[in-house]
Amino acid sequence: MGNFETAISKYDPVIGLETHVELSTKSKMFCSCSTEFGAEPNTQTCPTCLGLPGSLPVANETAIESTIRIGLALNCSIAAFSRFARKNYFYPDMPKDFQTSQYDEPLCSNGYLDVVVDTDEGSKTFRVEIERVHLEEDTGKLTHAGGSTGRIHGADYSLVDYNRAGIPLVEIVTKPVAGTNEFAPLVAKAYVTELRDLLRGLKVSDVRMEEGSLRCDVNLSLTPKGAKEWGTRTETKNVNSLRSVERAIRSEIERQATELDNGKKIKQETRHFQEDTGSTRSGRSKEVAEEYRYFPEPDLVPIAPDKNWIEKLRSELPEQPSIRRARLAKEWGFTDLEMRDVTTLGAVDLISETIAKGAKPAAARKWWAGELARRASESSVELTSLKISPEDVARIDQLVNEGKLTDKLARQVIDGILLGEGNSDQVMEKRKLVVVADDSALLPAINEAIAANPDAAAKIKEGKVQVVGVIVGAVMKTTGGSADAAKVRELILKTLGS
Amino acid sequence: MADLTKLTALELSEKLDKKEISAVEVTNAHFSRIEELDNKVKAFLHLDKKGALEQAQDVDRSRKENKKLSKLAGVPLALKDVLTQKDVPTTCGSKILENWLPPYDSTVVKNLKKSGVIILGKTNMDEFAMGSSTENSAYFPTRNPWDLNKIPGGSSGGSSAAVAAFFAPLSIGTDTGGSIRQPASVTGIVGAKPSYGAVSRYGLVAFASSLDQAGPFARTVLDCAMLHEVIAGHDPLDSTSINEKVPDVVSASKKLEIKGMKIGYIKELSGSGWQKGVINRFNESIETLKSLGAEVREISIPHSVYALATYYLIAPSEASSNLARFDGMRYGLRVDDQNLSAEEVMNKTRAKGFGKEVKRRIMIGTYALSSGYYDAYYAQAQKVRALIAQDLKNAFKEVDVLISPTSPTTAWGLGERVNDPLAMYLADLATLPPSLAGIPAMSIPIGLADEDKLPVGLQIIAPFMQDDRMYQVAATLEASLKNKWNGLLIDSIPDLKVISHG
Repeated sequence: MGNFETAISKYDPVIGLETHVELSTKSKMFCSCSTEFGAEPNTQTCPTCLGLPGSLPVANETAIESTIRIGLALNCSIAAFSRFARKNYFYPDMPKDFQTSQYDEPLCSNGYLDVVVDTDEGSKTFRVEIERVHLEEDTGKLTHAGGSTGRIHGADYSLVDYNRAGIPLVEIVTKPVAGTNEFAPLVAKAYVTELRDLLRGLKVSDVRMEEGSLRCDVNLSLTPKGAKEWGTRTETKNVNSLRSVERAIRSEIERQATELDNGKKIKQETRHFQEDTGSTRSGRSKEVAEEYRYFPEPDLVPIAPDKNWIEKLRSELPEQPSIRRARLAKEWGFTDLEMRDVTTLGAVDLISETIAKGAKPAAARKWWAGELARRASESSVELTSLKISPEDVARIDQLVNEGKLTDKLARQVIDGILLGEGNSDQVMEKRKLVVVADDSALLPAINEAIAANPDAAAKIKEGKVQVVGVIVGAVMKTTGGSADAAKVRELILKTLGS
Repeated sequence: MADLTKLTALELSEKLDKKEISAVEVTNAHFSRIEELDNKVKAFLHLDKKGALEQAQDVDRSRKENKKLSKLAGVPLALKDVLTQKDVPTTCGSKILENWLPPYDSTVVKNLKKSGVIILGKTNMDEFAMGSSTENSAYFPTRNPWDLNKIPGGSSGGSSAAVAAFFAPLSIGTDTGGSIRQPASVTGIVGAKPSYGAVSRYGLVAFASSLDQAGPFARTVLDCAMLHEVIAGHDPLDSTSINEKVPDVVSASKKLEIKGMKIGYIKELSGSGWQKGVINRFNESIETLKSLGAEVREISIPHSVYALATYYLIAPSEASSNLARFDGMRYGLRVDDQNLSAEEVMNKTRAKGFGKEVKRRIMIGTYALSSGYYDAYYAQAQKVRALIAQDLKNAFKEVDVLISPTSPTTAWGLGERVNDPLAMYLADLATLPPSLAGIPAMSIPIGLADEDKLPVGLQIIAPFMQDDRMYQVAATLEASLKNKWNGLLIDSIPDLKVISHG
């Protein structure tokens, strides 16, 4: 048994997830500054999001609406009366030294999200209960210069970018989820995946984990088998990809089990996930309850959403992701496994749009889950962040089908598009990518390849046509992949009189 | 020419309108007086002569071109240093904001500028509006123009002194627990705290957000109403701003008729422990109101006795959070002498930048909001606040307005209460209940106390967004007293040129 299996045989994990979602509203939560990602530092600020003396917040109604829609999609009840609260603590990334958040009167509470994971006995559904969905503002972004840890302690100096300060942030907190056993890491990952697709379907956020528009903290405790009381939990921050969610839970289960096996107590603390090692390291101790001195925000009037408006929002919710996926899998002829694969990749919408632009479902899946997924993973971005559109992909597929691009040339077209050289046709034109199918252009290369592979040539002459691949491959190599493979094959067989 | 500084805003407005005088002349006249005499009073923290004269020239030009101007165009005003004015220092009477130049205008300032009111400068105040004497200013105390050894009230003491000293016919103060009404009372002028939410708080550096409200000072009720009208109105930048028509306080101030009006005097807000001269003038006012045809009776506001305790939990709680942002990271004072960590910079900056009273209130507020104490203090105070508001609401089912003395005493001597914060807090006893209820209240002068010949104020309280009612009572009473005294009370103030510090 591995460490993980041993741990699970002795302890029952209880998981909990806190997810922060940056809403994609045009303006910030409490002022009219832009929320555009990637602008020059501190250019998207005003007296309010800089917390200048005298400035006041005014709540963004679209953000409130988005939060209520998220709550409805997560089967929550929507509060008839909700208030913002001040969370007081000093930190240089917070212009007011308090965060305007929600405390005991959140907008949405008591919902659930069902998630499916693959097991040896087929797929299994787990219900993740939602404790609350509330709305708050993001903080500024700190960059610590100098020092070895990249943290504020030991830094020579720190820079603050308040462009992010005041961006609407929705926090979705689950109730503790028990009974997932060995599936705990998978349930956590499936939950975040499902949540991401639900948010994407609602069009309330870009949900890009690598840009930080979807951030995840995972809580974990272990209960010795048979024990009634749950163990002490840790909170792991900095879990910023779907894979990391799974890895963080797995490694924290192993770590806590080792501690408990050695008779040690689990410290209630914040831990940080480290991408490189896949393990967590100790952060701030939380044994002393934090003192945030929450109190209702006196600068903002309470929110009392109209019942009819809530019902209207409910009636306008998009199809649930799981139902939509089942429908699409059927339409597209994907197996469960294929559908789960493209779901995890976040490719469902991309494939759907590519099909809408004329590609066959299987081809759309091949491009997005294959070549493009590889590219995204190489540059550690999500598929949706690649600078290539479903329209581009549909066109490439069409060009391949028409014999105007080989697979190899298609990859070069993708290179060009990702580098911003234009659309498929423009890249082909600029890079002079053409399939060579002309006899006189191909024959010298074919003759050369036959001469270089006398054994294969002899076999073909004897009628072992399947060996032709060897010579086709050699021709493709010398022509830099631009030759029309079918034409090459035809010419080789003709030349060898087979 | 008559001394322009002795004219009311209305008189100046009429002369300006007839082009008998120019805004530049009016502005210069006031600056001359300030430059000659403010060294005695110390009402101003900062004078903006250049900005004011430019504004005055603009008004004169517009008038020459016969553009439509608002009533107060060209009339000078003194602004409490707690409201931001673009590129003009705004210190809130604190060292922590010394040299801070706000990059934006508060909505009050925007409204003043739009109306062509000339802003002469920023007035002294208790640090972050915490105090009742202006002695908590980190810069210097302001003196009462009636007696330079007395306090001018607070926290808007610079604004009340400026108007009483004829440095400006109008000024802006802010009132959280009485900071307009009490200074108006002890300097013998008129001051009003509008309904909470009637005047935008955008650009008003917050002390206690749920209580702060900017309002006008003037030497007459009508002047006060005219300024009230200019600064009030809905502001989309303030979530708590009331989106309703501003009560017509100017028309109400011209009615001079209270026959049949029902007036209640608050049982709990006078009597033993209150200065005798204050009570005497107050009782006379009741008789005057009766003689003017009002029905006056006693009304009990039982929970008002808890107002002081309630206020001193809620206001410091909000303040402890509102004042957190002064941490040396972005603006204002920054103590960073030797390679300090961010946390150390924050601690040292706040230790050096805040005065005693501010620290005292931050500590009280931090304590009251802490887990384990929140329910017993902050949450409980909010409940009592609701009960006080309900008491007042009930009272207004029986009477149209409520009255009380504005403050238990007349102006006290400088330094007398500096080391006794509780005695200082008692000055707000009568002004706190309407503050906690968010309803409008104002103070008008009703005579001098027999003992010390210092001004006494009457507080008039009206229901929420019925500010016009209190102005009507105030104007009617003022007219009657003016008749009796052959002028305003302020006309009997000693000549500043003659008096000196003892």
